[in-house]
Amino acid sequence: MNTTNLPHTPALLSPMGWLVFLSLVLLLAVATPLMNLYVPVDHVLHVSDFAVSLVGKIMCYAICALAMDLIWGYTGILSLGHGLFFALGGYAMGMYLMRQIGLDGNYKSELPDFMVFLNWKALPWHWYFSDSFIATLLLVVLAPGLLAAVFGYFAFRSRIKGVYFSIITQAMTFAFMLLFFRNETGFGGNNGFTDFKRILGLTIATPSMRMVLFVLTAMTLLGFYLFARWLIRSKYGRVLQAIRDAESRVMFCGYSPLPYKLSIWVISAVMCGVAGALYVPQVGIINPSEMSPANAIEIAVWAAVGGRGTLLGPIVGAFMVNGAKSWLTMAAPEFWLYVLGALFIAVTLFMPQGVVGLFNKARLALLSKGAQP
Amino acid sequence: MWTIRIRLSFVFLCSCLSLSIAQALTPAQALGMVQGETDTRLKVLNQALQEADEATAVFLQAMADDAVKLAGQQVLVLRDGKAFDPVTAAEIVQPPQAEDVVSNNRMRGEIDAALAALRLLNSDDKVRLQAAMALAKEPDAAKLALINKALKAERNAQVKTALLLAKAAMAISVADPQERLQAAQTLGEAKTPEAQLLLNQQLGVEADPKVKAQITASLATIKAALAWGERLGVVFTGISLGSILLLVALGLAITYGLMGVINMAHGELMMVGAYATFVVQVMFRQYLPHAFDWYLLAALPTAFVTAAAVGAVLERGVLRFLYGRPLETLLATWGISLILMQAVRSMFGAQNVAVENPRWMSGGIQVLSNLSLPWNRVFIVLFAVTVLIGMTLLISQTRLGLFVRGVTQNRAIAACMGVNTARIDTYAFALGSGIAGLAGCALSQIGNVGPDLGQGYIVDAFMVVVLGGVGQLAGTVYAALGLGVLNKFLEGWTGAVLAKIAVLVFIIVFIQKRPQGLFAMKGRSAEA
Amino acid sequence: MTPDLFDAGRERLQAHQFRRVQPSSSGDRGASYGHLLQAGQLDLTHGRILYLEDVNVSFDGFKAINNLSLDISPGELRCIIGPNGAGKTTMMDIITGKTRPDSGQVFFGSTIDLLRHNEPEIAQLGIGRKFQKPTVFEHLSVWENLELALATAKDVKSSMLFKLNGVHQDRLCEVLETIRLSQALRSPAGLLSHGQKQWLEIGMLLMQDPKLLLLDEPVAGMTDQETERTAELFLSLKGRHSLMVVEHDMGFIRSIADIVTVLCDGSVLAQGSFEQVQADERVIDVYLGR
Repeated sequence: MNTTNLPHTPALLSPMGWLVFLSLVLLLAVATPLMNLYVPVDHVLHVSDFAVSLVGKIMCYAICALAMDLIWGYTGILSLGHGLFFALGGYAMGMYLMRQIGLDGNYKSELPDFMVFLNWKALPWHWYFSDSFIATLLLVVLAPGLLAAVFGYFAFRSRIKGVYFSIITQAMTFAFMLLFFRNETGFGGNNGFTDFKRILGLTIATPSMRMVLFVLTAMTLLGFYLFARWLIRSKYGRVLQAIRDAESRVMFCGYSPLPYKLSIWVISAVMCGVAGALYVPQVGIINPSEMSPANAIEIAVWAAVGGRGTLLGPIVGAFMVNGAKSWLTMAAPEFWLYVLGALFIAVTLFMPQGVVGLFNKARLALLSKGAQP
Repeated sequence: MWTIRIRLSFVFLCSCLSLSIAQALTPAQALGMVQGETDTRLKVLNQALQEADEATAVFLQAMADDAVKLAGQQVLVLRDGKAFDPVTAAEIVQPPQAEDVVSNNRMRGEIDAALAALRLLNSDDKVRLQAAMALAKEPDAAKLALINKALKAERNAQVKTALLLAKAAMAISVADPQERLQAAQTLGEAKTPEAQLLLNQQLGVEADPKVKAQITASLATIKAALAWGERLGVVFTGISLGSILLLVALGLAITYGLMGVINMAHGELMMVGAYATFVVQVMFRQYLPHAFDWYLLAALPTAFVTAAAVGAVLERGVLRFLYGRPLETLLATWGISLILMQAVRSMFGAQNVAVENPRWMSGGIQVLSNLSLPWNRVFIVLFAVTVLIGMTLLISQTRLGLFVRGVTQNRAIAACMGVNTARIDTYAFALGSGIAGLAGCALSQIGNVGPDLGQGYIVDAFMVVVLGGVGQLAGTVYAALGLGVLNKFLEGWTGAVLAKIAVLVFIIVFIQKRPQGLFAMKGRSAEA
Repeated sequence: MTPDLFDAGRERLQAHQFRRVQPSSSGDRGASYGHLLQAGQLDLTHGRILYLEDVNVSFDGFKAINNLSLDISPGELRCIIGPNGAGKTTMMDIITGKTRPDSGQVFFGSTIDLLRHNEPEIAQLGIGRKFQKPTVFEHLSVWENLELALATAKDVKSSMLFKLNGVHQDRLCEVLETIRLSQALRSPAGLLSHGQKQWLEIGMLLMQDPKLLLLDEPVAGMTDQETERTAELFLSLKGRHSLMVVEHDMGFIRSIADIVTVLCDGSVLAQGSFEQVQADERVIDVYLGR
């Protein structure tokens, strides 16, 4: 048999794909700033500040959905606690932003407001490096990463699978939420962190800073997408899918599932942490309810609605669900929870492939119809 | 305090005629108590107490009720719109410029204490006992003479012990060390938390070494006696929490353990049961108010049936299509829980609703001086045991239970044998949901009922099922009781939040070591 | 060890020694049986590639394996037959590390204690297994399935940076030819027929290049033609690889077997050539029938 008949490892993106990608980059990094900052407000091409912050926020969620797809769509591990990693990244950035308030807080003190309120005299140990941006960036990666590594190592080593694992992750995020609600933990208690003034010395609440954060988030999302695509197309990605489909067979092929699961788990946790760090300056607040089990389960529904195992699907799903939420909570707030609940049910019963999956099926059907004479 | 005062004053006024000491209240005393500085007034009050009679008591009560006026040198007591002289109890014409007699808080406190002390001389045993115990709790050295007087005339042994205790409580801080020694001993024998408090206070200021030694010894005795009370208290709260967890997890043990369905809406089924109880209570209050105490008898089956009905609808409508896909079931049931919560919010409002205990469930049994077991919790423990036994019997002895077991172990063969597997699934799920409803009914008796009632218990319920292992009810029972007791023990050391976190961490670590839980089925097919 | 096995071992060893006459560092005084042990390497000097002794396993009170003792020589094609519940699949589970026995010894070669390793390690040591129910990766294509089974480094970093080189591609093509799935190499494995999936799994096993192949009902559900091809394949593998085949198809067994072992109730009932076993009264009673 001719070895040239063997499929080559395809390129990261097809030429068409690269075209779409680059046009997205142009749209988000060039056109949107122009349309927001320089086009006059009443012009039809103007992108409002509200839209910028909303889309920026949803893009952070999309990164989480992408991370969820990596572990659930491709490796078959449903985590109901990924909101915890998102919140940890957010808190790390939040600590830095609280220090950046400096003496402009309500109490005019070096310490953050809530510490003065609690009568604390000095910064606790876990705030020591929070005035350094580099250290904060490191913490954003290390905090979720280390926690994920420890938790994942013990969980995967004992071969906890399936539903038990999901329940354990829910318990983990619940425990941390309870911990962060306490004032003594030193993270602002149930008020969390808010009232940010500056980042890197520049004022946060200006349109230009908002746009910078927006572009940064967009580029991070696109970058992570390329990274995920590279991962999945390598043999590593195929092993992950094999682990999802038939873990015992994979073991008998000689692969130890533990390092694979652990590595993808940590990668997805770090992605969520980065998303959280980008989220907090844009939204201006972080509190322990970001760690609630309800929030974490929503990430799963974004991935499910969009289509698991497609990388693009969860991003689409995040936009669709959060867009609907944004609209409904303004137009008819008491309906939102009904819609969300119905979405959960509908997606599992009728659309296991998600929106992108349906789209792919339709496209294949059209193609095969077109191929028939 | 005020309600007790009004109640006791009512009792007092009914029996004021039976005062056995008869010495007069003089007009000078009456006058002295209503005008001038509070300190002087108090002095006169205490003096009058030494020679108290029923007129004194009536007058003091009137002062406490703000029914006393002063017109020049004449003191008046107002009753039913008419004025009376406090000493002679004769009606007098009300002078036009009568001023109200104002008593500040301290005065009022003293008047109340005086009234309490006077009750020591009442002819009713119960009233005297109550008065003596009240004085023992809040000792006042000025009443010592009165207590001595009462002791001399006392015949009832119980009241006498209480009086001696009150005397000791007052004597603990007098000048004479011998008396203090005696008082310390008596207080040590009393073994109550109040005695402990008094002894601790005295220990701080005590100078005499012999008395100090006695106080320390007495404190040790009390501590030993109270320790048992505390330990048993923790054990009881632990069992109570464990019984609640058991009720909550039993339904889940059926749906997950037997059927493999992960039901995130389990908490909401409990909430449905609690709200059903609320509705029954409201109905009873509206249509059958005289039978209100028995509303629970109607509420229990209502809660069971409502929750079971909701569960059956869930199973038929959604879950039937998701068997064999546990992760999808998890997500779908989460969606259902959101819908149920929002539906309840639309129907009943987002605030908590009030569910009252029937009268026979209020109060508690006083087992030891510092250990009181509330009736409602005791009943819930008994209720949980009953439900457990009932369910075990149902599963093991009845035909329905047999079918359920058969279908869950081998669906295909059961179907070949003519069992309607779809209907059995619905029954089993409805049974699990119904038990959740019963749990909700029980929860309504001891906690708040609101739309997010279920959210507080769902994580705990899953922990119990995960820890106990799948397939056997025994695991659920042990896990529930164990977690309840463990949680309460830890609370004593670290406080509620950290205790909960510690329990969660413990379960996570335990599951690493033993992924199948406490009791699990072994064998080749045992995959989670 | 029975006396005839001992003799067979000694013969093989002498033949081996004869072929390997080399000057030794101890001036030709080299001990005839002494040789350097290398950790992790398969040591076949005692003539056994797989050695089970007195293995016992019970599940919840039910004794699945009862004092089982079995051994296989290198290059042999051993067939295992027996009624359902005799413990054949459980025995394979024990060898591959999926189940731990309550007592007994399981050795790969004379030095590798299989009870100390887990499944991936045992697979990497050179024991390959084909499951009773064909287990392939349904969502991956045929060639991706085979690529996964390729005998390369199996850790995370290597997988991330892996590229198929010429040698790998040749091997892939070779195996694809053998299992006759060259036309279907791009289709998802889930779309293959039952027989094709069996072949794909056998192909994956070949890609692994194991020293010992454990095959659990390899021809179940295959047509006669496919069964014949499988028999040819196994016979061609014999010698370079050792095989242990569990089957119920007596015709297939007859065409391939050297020695047949009969398992019953968790222990060996009888062992010998196919004809011997077929004529054995006990085996007829328990399994073959009259």
